[in-house]
Amino acid sequence: MAALSSNLLYTAFILYLIATAFFGGAIKAKKDGQRETGPNKWAAIAIIITIIGFIAQVGYFILRWIAAGHAPVSNLFEFTTFFGMALVGAFIAIYFIYKTPLLGVFTLPVAVLIIAYASMFPREISPLIPALQSDWLHIHVTTAALGEAILAISFAAGLIYLIKHVDQTVKSKSTLWLEVVMFGMVATLGFIIVSTAFSAAGYEAKFNYIDKNGAEAAYDYQMPALVGPHEGQLAAKGKFEPMVETPAIINAKKLNTVIWSLGAGLILYGLLRLILRKRLAASLKPLVKNINLDLVDEISYRSVLIGFPVFTLGALIFAMIWAQIAWTRFWGWDPKEVWALITWLFYAAFLHLRLSKGWHGEKSAWLAVIGFIIIMFNLVAVNLVIAGLHSYAGS
Amino acid sequence: MNEVKCECGHVNPHGTVLCESCGKVLEEKEMQKKLLDMRYEGSARRSQTYNKTIIDKVWNFFSSVKVGVWLIVVTLVASAFGTILPQEMYIPPVMPAAEYYEEQYGWFGKLYYELGFHNLYSSWWYLLLIASIGVSLVICSLDRVVPLYRALNKQRVTRHEGFLQRQRLFGISAEAPDQESIKKLKGNLQSKRYKIREENGNILAEKNRFSRWGPYVNHVGLIIFLIGGMLRFVPGMYIDSVLWIREGETKAIPETEGQYYLKNNQFILEVYDKEKEDEVFEQAIDKAGMVAKNYQSNVTLYKKAGDSIPGETPELEKVKDEEIRVNEPLKFEGFALYQVDYKLNELNKMTLALQNKETQEEFGEIQIDLYNPKSEYDLGKGYSVEVLSYFPDFEFGEDGNPTTKSRIPNNPAFVFEMKTPDKPEGEVSFVAIRETIEPNGDNQYKMAFKAAETKNVAALTVRKDLTLWIIALGGLIFMIGVVQGAYWNHRRLWVRNVDGQLWTAGHTNKNWHGLKRELEEIFKGTGMEAPAEQQAEDAKNG
Repeated sequence: MAALSSNLLYTAFILYLIATAFFGGAIKAKKDGQRETGPNKWAAIAIIITIIGFIAQVGYFILRWIAAGHAPVSNLFEFTTFFGMALVGAFIAIYFIYKTPLLGVFTLPVAVLIIAYASMFPREISPLIPALQSDWLHIHVTTAALGEAILAISFAAGLIYLIKHVDQTVKSKSTLWLEVVMFGMVATLGFIIVSTAFSAAGYEAKFNYIDKNGAEAAYDYQMPALVGPHEGQLAAKGKFEPMVETPAIINAKKLNTVIWSLGAGLILYGLLRLILRKRLAASLKPLVKNINLDLVDEISYRSVLIGFPVFTLGALIFAMIWAQIAWTRFWGWDPKEVWALITWLFYAAFLHLRLSKGWHGEKSAWLAVIGFIIIMFNLVAVNLVIAGLHSYAGS
Repeated sequence: MNEVKCECGHVNPHGTVLCESCGKVLEEKEMQKKLLDMRYEGSARRSQTYNKTIIDKVWNFFSSVKVGVWLIVVTLVASAFGTILPQEMYIPPVMPAAEYYEEQYGWFGKLYYELGFHNLYSSWWYLLLIASIGVSLVICSLDRVVPLYRALNKQRVTRHEGFLQRQRLFGISAEAPDQESIKKLKGNLQSKRYKIREENGNILAEKNRFSRWGPYVNHVGLIIFLIGGMLRFVPGMYIDSVLWIREGETKAIPETEGQYYLKNNQFILEVYDKEKEDEVFEQAIDKAGMVAKNYQSNVTLYKKAGDSIPGETPELEKVKDEEIRVNEPLKFEGFALYQVDYKLNELNKMTLALQNKETQEEFGEIQIDLYNPKSEYDLGKGYSVEVLSYFPDFEFGEDGNPTTKSRIPNNPAFVFEMKTPDKPEGEVSFVAIRETIEPNGDNQYKMAFKAAETKNVAALTVRKDLTLWIIALGGLIFMIGVVQGAYWNHRRLWVRNVDGQLWTAGHTNKNWHGLKRELEEIFKGTGMEAPAEQQAEDAKNG
């Protein structure tokens, strides 16, 4: 059953990729015809493929739940995959409200990236530690992920807005930051490529080193060590010797992964720039030619309006109820809790700026992008770097 | 004071921009604008009207959304700072915080500690920020909700021409439509759940006005939540205590004033065993090594029966047996006991034998309860052992004399006096684990270690939190308010006969695309045009 479940996830992944292409076709097809009101045939096929992919992923989720005996949201792989699924689900819902194929061109690749990123982490089905043995596991985690996914739609719409709105003929702060966002996605792709390549090659190098408490410890590197651990010694000969040694306080293995990902991201980005001969955001501009700015602005805002209550319910209220049951107190300033609060405060500020200060259009789009960065920070950095009580969600 | 009477006859409070009743523009400035600022229906907000006394100024400061957003952003950034390094409550209690931060994180850790960031969330300035947000919530809401309520409540059907033509959606149909079209329009509006009011043939169709109260409802929820949080500081509202209890031990539960007792029957630690678990877990268990499956204390809860004087062992009445696990606390009378920690195999009893060092002959064993040692153990036939001193957690003090670090028998040590028929005056021996010192020279007898009995100890958090229901109520009201405000839109359509022409205007508090699409459908088949967008492309509201 676990194997079938994995295959369904793989199927969903492929279908999302195909659907992206069809959504792309839907906009292309629009170009020659007159500006039509409803979605065309390409879009109809694209959304059907997306829905089939989504059903496949729901199948993965249910089968894995049955196989494990608990909801598959208990570690970083499972949570992130679920987040990707929720993102597709939220997209499907929003698509039926606004019927904009372009949103699919931007949302589905993000979902694909997220699922691929998730797959870089340990994928075994693990038994639940005592703190996780509760029905609140699936109630809290799924609602929180769904809330974040709906908020992420606002990012996709915000990004479309910016790509169309920002003037690419002159260099400006906006073009720079937009490229930074693009690079962020390319670097994620870089991480996925590098991890997959080295794991396919079966690279492994063990280091013995001295940790920050002065004790002996060991790291298993799955990528050649550009930076080595504090007083690190390669256990096996013939592997890549690190160029730099890090102080004991730094987690050398994670830093090494980050350097590899950024490096791969830079190379990829450089290649793309060479091929395209313009900024990434500029080369995406033709895609968004026909979209109504006003409409994407509204989609972005609407997603925040829909997502904010769901996020509050899942990431704060359900979280507090469970924390009271499992950890004796509903709030304990654990880093994950604090970052959920930060996300919530951020979107609260977003809504106030929009409702009362008239921050529409570009400003609102930038806020949607920043909000997504905060969500990603909470997903990635807080799990892998800051850790804390939620650290079992990491690897 | 200074009330403003509109030409329609309605008397508005001082500071009103748009007449509450007919919507006529009352302020010169607003006349110049092509479109009206409809945010609070042009009602008279205190903060926009008075700015003389100190109270006015404080009110105006906190009623500003700009100030509110700044407070939110500053709190957000401050909160993020608190996650750079672990807070003091999460560092291991191995050394004072002052040393820990510097040792672990160098100069940055030292700075972090010195700035007080190790206890950021309970610092005076962080609490002040939260309190300011609370004040801002109250004042912002009051400043807006009262006039907004008046304006929406007093609005009449026939609105002033100047009001209608300055709406974002507005249209004029050249010739007056027939009754049939109007009837069709009304039917369409009703099927979209609009409430229709009529006056002299003019129409006001309105729906979901309650959604306008969403923000104020959710702010009330937040205020209740914050009050709940504040009540925690009131003595007796919140109890946070830990009870370490050994297997077999019965202890008074702290903070229950001696009314409740708990007996720990057994502490159980289970780990996942890949032989016994489902095989899907095999790989994960192999990789992780040991994965905890269950922490459980089997306890019996007792209530004191009748009165007892202090010091007297009270009579206990059994209330219930329960298994406390993580996620499954024991609850009674507003208290909850949580499984939070444990210690396996703590020394509990020790068995030693009195032995002749040369012949190894033994003259009886003594079993010492390490929590409650007897002062003398009689072995019969003239043999006895006296405990002169007992150090449950032995170490050598700074002065070189033996002392005890705690009362937990982590490293028990004794000074025994062994009395035997051939040494009736007794021999003194200092006995610690793997260490014997004979202060008066060579002894003939010794206390030989035989066996130790260990017990598991469970740590239970004793919690009482009388603020929980207030917090929960606040959370519930917040959710209701936020859903009410976010998932519905307040929409209005005005239809008015002006000199034989039909004027239409539409307004929504948000989601204009939705309104436009709905109006398209409503006007379909009526022979009239839906009111059209008047706003320039570059200045649209969402």
